[in-house]
Order: sequence, then structure tokens, then C-alpha cells
Amino acid sequence: MTVQQLQDPVRERRLVRSRLVVAALAVLAAVGVLAGRMWWLQVAGYQHYATLSQENRVRVVGVPPTRGLIYDRNGVLLAENVPTYRLVVTPEQVSNMDNLLTRIRKVVSLRPTDLERFHELRRQRPGFQEIPLKFDLTEKEVARLAVNRHRFPGVEVKAQLTRNYPLGSTAVHAVGYVGRINQQELSGLSAAEYSATSHIGKTGIERYYEKRLHGHVGVKRVETNAMGRTLRVLDRDPPVPGEDLQLSLDVRLQKVAEGALGEESGAIVAIDPQTGELLAMASTPTFDPNLFVNGISLEDYRSLQQGKDKPLFNRVLRGQYPPGSTIKPFMGLAGLETGTTTPEETVYDPGYYSIPGVDHRWRCWKRGGHGTVNMHDAIEESCDTYFYDLAYKMGINAMHDFLLPFGIGRSTGVDLSGELSGLMPSKEWKRRVKGKPWYHGETIIAGIGQGYMLATPLQLAYATATMANRGKRLRPHLLRSATGPDGKAVPVPDPHQRPPIQLDKPQRWETIIDAMHDVVQGPRGTARRVGRDAPYQFAGKTGTAQVFGIAKGEEYDAEELAKRLRDHALFISFAPLKDPKIAVAVVVENGGGGSSTAAPMARTVMDAWLLRLRQTAQGYGDE
Amino acid sequence: MNDDVVGPARDRSFVQRYLHLDMPLLVLLALVAAGGLVVLYSAFNGDFEAWERQCWRLGVAFFVMLVLAQVPPSLLRRWTPLLYLAGVASLLAVMLFGTSAGGARRWIDLGVMMVQPSEFMKLALPMMVAWVLAREDVPPRVPVILVVVAVIGVPVGLIAVQPDLGTALLVAAAGVFALFLGGLSWRYIAGGAVLAGAAAPLLWFFGMRDYQRQRVLTFLDPERDPLGAGYHIIQSKIAIGSGGVYGKGWMAGTQSHLEFLPERHTDFIFAVLSEEFGFFGVCVLLVLYMAVVGRGLWIAGHAQDRYSRLLAGSISLTFFVYFFTNIGMVSGLLPVVGLPLPLVSFGGTSMVTLMAGFGILMSIQTHRRLWSS
Repeated sequence: MTVQQLQDPVRERRLVRSRLVVAALAVLAAVGVLAGRMWWLQVAGYQHYATLSQENRVRVVGVPPTRGLIYDRNGVLLAENVPTYRLVVTPEQVSNMDNLLTRIRKVVSLRPTDLERFHELRRQRPGFQEIPLKFDLTEKEVARLAVNRHRFPGVEVKAQLTRNYPLGSTAVHAVGYVGRINQQELSGLSAAEYSATSHIGKTGIERYYEKRLHGHVGVKRVETNAMGRTLRVLDRDPPVPGEDLQLSLDVRLQKVAEGALGEESGAIVAIDPQTGELLAMASTPTFDPNLFVNGISLEDYRSLQQGKDKPLFNRVLRGQYPPGSTIKPFMGLAGLETGTTTPEETVYDPGYYSIPGVDHRWRCWKRGGHGTVNMHDAIEESCDTYFYDLAYKMGINAMHDFLLPFGIGRSTGVDLSGELSGLMPSKEWKRRVKGKPWYHGETIIAGIGQGYMLATPLQLAYATATMANRGKRLRPHLLRSATGPDGKAVPVPDPHQRPPIQLDKPQRWETIIDAMHDVVQGPRGTARRVGRDAPYQFAGKTGTAQVFGIAKGEEYDAEELAKRLRDHALFISFAPLKDPKIAVAVVVENGGGGSSTAAPMARTVMDAWLLRLRQTAQGYGDE
Repeated sequence: MNDDVVGPARDRSFVQRYLHLDMPLLVLLALVAAGGLVVLYSAFNGDFEAWERQCWRLGVAFFVMLVLAQVPPSLLRRWTPLLYLAGVASLLAVMLFGTSAGGARRWIDLGVMMVQPSEFMKLALPMMVAWVLAREDVPPRVPVILVVVAVIGVPVGLIAVQPDLGTALLVAAAGVFALFLGGLSWRYIAGGAVLAGAAAPLLWFFGMRDYQRQRVLTFLDPERDPLGAGYHIIQSKIAIGSGGVYGKGWMAGTQSHLEFLPERHTDFIFAVLSEEFGFFGVCVLLVLYMAVVGRGLWIAGHAQDRYSRLLAGSISLTFFVYFFTNIGMVSGLLPVVGLPLPLVSFGGTSMVTLMAGFGILMSIQTHRRLWSS
């Protein structure tokens, strides 16, 4: 101790004590600041932080709704949900993964791709999340796993509902299929509604009525920790299943139609003219939609996509063909209605047609010609020269204006997506699209449904139904009724009526229909062999579309053109003549002649419907 | 016995006389430690083994306190220079032969045990400053101040380069408090503050490691990096704020039990307390802490010699810095500095040092009469 300190201990102590007091006050102030901070966070900010804490811990998890079922008109199941089993492994519960995988392979067969995917997912996901090892376990594998369960801790068999199409390829182009939601689709969907859904309708009814079929997502509020592991379910709001849809298709008739087409590539559409309901819509070749549900393999997809007959291609909606001679009844009606000709007026057919000042001769399909024909004869015998002449006199724009209401060149508005509109050319169209003037020659071949004119099988069926209805137009459709999850019917919008086509003289319908009747049941009709023995009266028209006349750039035919130069065979018909109950359009690609190939198919379909099936079909049986 | 300069020396109880324990301080520390164990149990989410380990550590720490309380301040004072020099030497040894862990070199491996010289310095430094100041005039003159600054600066510098910012801060604070209590003139204090302010940018650009700069930036704006460095602060504030007035209840804190809160049984345990016991529980802890500091300052004020006064005051105020920094950091008032909440956080080393300090405080309080008269 120094001298000074000894001299002045009192002063020293006083100084230290004053400093201690200062320090104590500072401590008090600082603790006050801390208390103030705590008050700010816990009392003033309580609501804010309580909310954040709640958001932290509670996660809302979607529960997928059960997809609605699809039936045909008689209640035959077309699309259902079946339980399938997948094998999942929770890595954190497995002590030795390699060992487990080796042992489990003795019970379940695993492909190298299964293992690859498993290891890939294992890298990406936290250890407590289950990782699928194999999808679509067989019943046998499920049973074997159940027996050996105790040997595989961390391994589970999980059931889920998978879309299944019990009839396989039947009506695949109408029903469509579901597949995993892809990135592109995801951006257009309501994130909340689809938060738990893995599949979405890709084509057909599955796609068009996706909203009805899907239902509404359910919600489960779960408590999770910081790593996202679910600890418990707090509460749930169950999902609302999708609506069950009943289609107008009759699977029996559908099978008849598909059977009639056989190995050919083509399409058959059958419509009930009185309601607009599609009774059958076949597009061949077909494919198995079940391949697509859980991801189709690349090879399978390639063979479907690039195979020469293009099974995925929906010919009913998207196959655009020159209507050929099937346009003639409509042309005839146009001639009468525009005053260009009369039923009695005749044309001499020497086997070709020519116009003054032009060297070119447009040939009739019959060498030597039909001689002198009136409209009835021209339709019955399908005289080209008559219609060359009629078209030339009428002009393309008058044809365009008259044929458009029949649906040629305009989508029918069927309840399926992806429908193409065909093409009904006009002068204005050519100028706009091709940038070229219209030529007379193009008018002339348009008279027999060649040149630019294109129609889908569905459009031909719609036009035929309109003809059968004498102008009454009904939108073709597939949906008959929908049933909600409570078992009650859900209203289906019914905008099927369209303004009818009204002729100045309704008698003109009969003139044309009479001629169409003679096509199949007259003495000289082009398809008289098909209609001769029919126990009912019907009307029809054959058509043969020249393949090489197809406009270039049509993806569908371009590459097959060189290989397959045979004409497309077409046929339209309806029956009976009065009070028609079915209208059919048939297109057989490279089928040759309409009367020999397409017409018998239409007859088969009409026979099946009128003579057998209609009596027992729902909606008709009690008539 | 008849000298009454030291006040209530007459009514010494048994523990005071024979065990040299200061009852008020002992009760306060026991209360804090017991409360801490309750909170820690929740933070461990029923991991009884780890909790039990902490109980043993607390026992060891209280035993160290008891031992230190038996050492008379005079003896401590005599040994002070030697202890200090040993501390500085071991810090140098750490720099040269230390064991690295987590990017910092803080430990010496003695073969049988690992020692952390910086912890030791938390006590040796204030002792040394008190020792120097107790030999000199009051208030200290400039040469003495410079000596003290060197006494503080050397070990603090050695700790800072380990790097261990938290401990460096505490050690520096301990020395500075002793200097402050020693009567450093207000002029120098003001000058020192200005100098520190000027040094801050220099420290930023030359003195700090990258991760330390990140901490400061994150402190200024936690949202800058909400999933990285800012995550701690954000989750911690949510835990505290969602506790409300009375808290979510013991073992019912969702932030901590669902693992949103990082470091919940060590540096961020205050957030667990706040979440489960609310503003009420926080106030109880703050009152207890304040009482501990208050009792320490009272002991300093009634100590019998300058060395004891300065040392007791410094130890008490360092304890304050300890909990103030931790709570300030957890509640987002201060940048994240790795400091535990004294007597509550899980961990042994710093607790032992802390209790050793309280042992010295008790010794100062209970040895008064024996050598005063």
C-alpha cells in the first residue's frame, strides 16, 4: 500500500462508493431497457408474434378428392378408381439400407430404374419422409410383404387410388385418360385446388370435364416442426369427391363401330339426330389409356406417337378429310335454295365437264358419263359433272354461305377439347390465307367436295344429322347427366339447341332425302348393294376422297402420301327416313371406294342400333 | 469485534462464519440456478440425461464457489500478479499450440483435460487491474492508467485473435469496470469513449473476421438473410413475442419444442423462458439478476480494502454484462455474440468461472472482520 492511500482512505472509499452508485444506476437503466424491450415484444407485439408462431407450426395440407367415375349411357363403367399399392421406405428408420434392399429384393422384384429413382429421391428428401421404392405392387407381392413385415422395419405398403379404364382401349378417344400433372398444366391450375392432386385429365372427357370430375380438395391442418415433419393432425375438412358422369355413348354400339373398322384406320361417328347425343365415336387404331396413368415408358410412347397409324390421333375430332361426294346432297340443297337450279333441270354428262375458254376437262368418275341427269339422278348415281356445273353456276361464296350452317368449316362445339374446324373455302378466305385470287377451277372441284374443302368425321355426322332433322340443329355432345357426391343429379347445362336452318320451301328437304334414299335403296344407287336387304328405310351418300388432292402441310397425311395413295372411303347415312333415330358418318383412310368399304360399316352400326341395341338402351328402351 | 465500520458484521450466522458463504447471494444464485434447471428441462424436451448432466455441473460450480469463498482476499491479492502472468502465458500458449474447434483456437490440451485460458482470464484480469490500482494514488494518474490499459489490452487482444469476441468483450469489460471504479477521471472516460467510437470503423475494416461482420450486418437487418444468419434472431423474436404476458406454459413452447428455435438450450435459452413463462417470467428473472448484481455492488461498497472493493465491483458488473448481452442478443437489441445466459444456459466451463467469481465475492464479504481490526 502506498503512502497516499493510507493517508486518505476515507476519500478513496467515498470515490469508489460514488462510482458504485453510478454503476448501479446504469445497471438499473440497462435492465429497464431490457424490460422495455421485452414489453415491446411480448405485450405490444404479442398478436404479431403469436400469429407468426402459429404460421410456423401449423401447416395446411391438402387431401385429394376422389375423382368422379365415368359411365356409358347404360351404366357401364368406363373410368374408375382402383386401389393400388406402393412400397415406401422411411430411411431414418432403416439402420442398414444396403442390407435392407438386398433382403427386400428376395420378396419383391425391383428393377434397376426403381433403385435409381429411390436413391435419387433419398438424396433430395429428409430422412423422415417416406420414399417410394416401387409402384404397382402385385397382390402376391403385397401378401408376401405382409407376411414378412417384421423383418423390414421402416418399410411400408401404402394404398392409393389410381385411375383405371376397365374397358381398356374401348372408347378411348371419347373418354380420354389422366396423367401426372406437368409443369405447364400446373401454371394454369388453382394451386390450392390441386395441392394434393397428382393426376389431371389429359384428353377426352377426362380433360373437358376435369372440373366436374376433380371435385374439391380437402384440408388437413397439421402441426409440423422446423424440419417439416408432421407431428399430429389438428383438424380436417374432408374433400368433396368429383361428380360421376354419365355419357351418351352406348358401349355396345361403340364396340360394334370399333369392330366394324377392324384393322382399318378411320373413324365412325353415330349421333342421335333428335338429341344431338353421340351414341358412338370410334377412332382407330386405338390404344390402352391405362398405359398413361402412371407415366408411359418412352418406347411405348414413341411407338404410339410415331407409329404409322398414329393411334393417339383422334380422327373423329382432328382428322380433316376432303368430304368428297358426301357433300353432294348438301350441294344439291344449296342449288335449290339459292335458285341456281330446280329438281327438274337436267345436265348432260358426257363423262367430263368443261367451261368455255378453258381447255381443261374435269372428269366424271364414270367413264362415258351418266348421260342426261336431273338432281335426283345426280345424287343417286353421284354424277360429278352435274355438280361441277352446279358449283360453277352457284359460285364459291354462295356455297360457302349455305354450307357453313351445316357445320362444314366450323367446329361443332362438341364437349371434347382439341376439335379442329375443317375448312370451307371462300374467295375471301383464299385471299386472306393464301394471298391469291380464287380460280374457277377451284369452284368446280369444290362441287364434289375436293380441293380446299375439309371436314372431320364429327362434322360430317353433324351435317348428316341436320339433314335428317330437316334443318333442326343440335349440338353434338357426350355428357348426359352428372351425379354429385350426395347421389343427387347435378344440373348439366343444356345449350344443345341451335337456330334451325329454314328453307324457303321445306319440300326441298324431301327432294334431297329422297335422292339419298335411292343411293342405298334405289335401282341405280351407288350403294344399293348395302341397302338392298335392310328391314328399314334409310338414306345415305357415298364419298371417295382423292388422297393426292389433300393440301400440303396437313400433318396427318403428309408422310403417308407416298406410301398410301389409295383414296379415303367415306359414307354418311341416317335412318329411318321419317323420324330418324341415328345418323352415321364413316371415314376409312385409304379404304378405296365409299360404297364398298365405308357403307357396309355404317350399315352394321345402324343395324346394331335400330334392330338390337336401341330397344334396351337407357333413354330409349321405354319408348 | 467492536469496530463497526463494516456494518452488520455482528449478526453473522453459522454459514457466514464457518463456511464463508453470503446467505443473500447464495439464496439468489440458488433461485436463478433452480429456475434455470426448470427452463432447461423444457428446452431439452425431456432428455433427462443431458439435464442431469447440467445438475452435476451446477453442483461442481457451487462447490468451486464454496472453495473460493474460503480463500481470504489477502491471499488472493498476494498471488494476483502470478496468476495474471500465468494467464497471459497460457493465452500465448493457446496461440502457439492450441487446439482448434469450429474455426477458433481456444483450448489447450493438457492430456488429461482441456483448459480454456480465456475463461481463467475473466477473473485474473480484474484481479490484476485491482492489484495495480490498489498500489497507486487515487484517482489514478496517467502512467498508471497506461499500465492498466496495457494490462487489459494484452490478454484481450490475445483472446480476440482466437477469435472469441464474446469472451474478449467480457474480459475487457471486467478490466474496464475495475478501472472505472478505481476512480478514473470522467475526462478520461469521455476521451476513451470518443476513441472507441473512432476505432469502430477501423475495427470493422481491419479487426473483424468476415463472420463477425456478417453477424453485425444481420443484427442491423435480420431480414437480410431470413433463412441463414437472420434465422436465429427472427425465430427467437417470434418465440419471445408469442409468449405474451403469461407465456404458453412450461413444456408447451411451440417454437422451442418444434425445433424452430436454434441453440435453444445454450445461447438462446432465454427465448425458451420468454415463450413458456411470458413477460411475467422474464421480469422475475430480471429482478433476480438485478438483485444478484445489487448484492455484489453492496459487498463491493462494504469491502474493507481497495483491492477487494474494485475486484468485487468488477465481478458484479461483469455478471451484469453477461446477462445483459445475452438477453439483448436474443431479443434482437444487440448483435449475436456467443454468450450464454449465466446460470441458465447448458454448459459447464463458463459457469464454473462465474461461480468462482461469486466465491471471491463471498470471500470478500465474509472475511472482512477477520483481518480488518
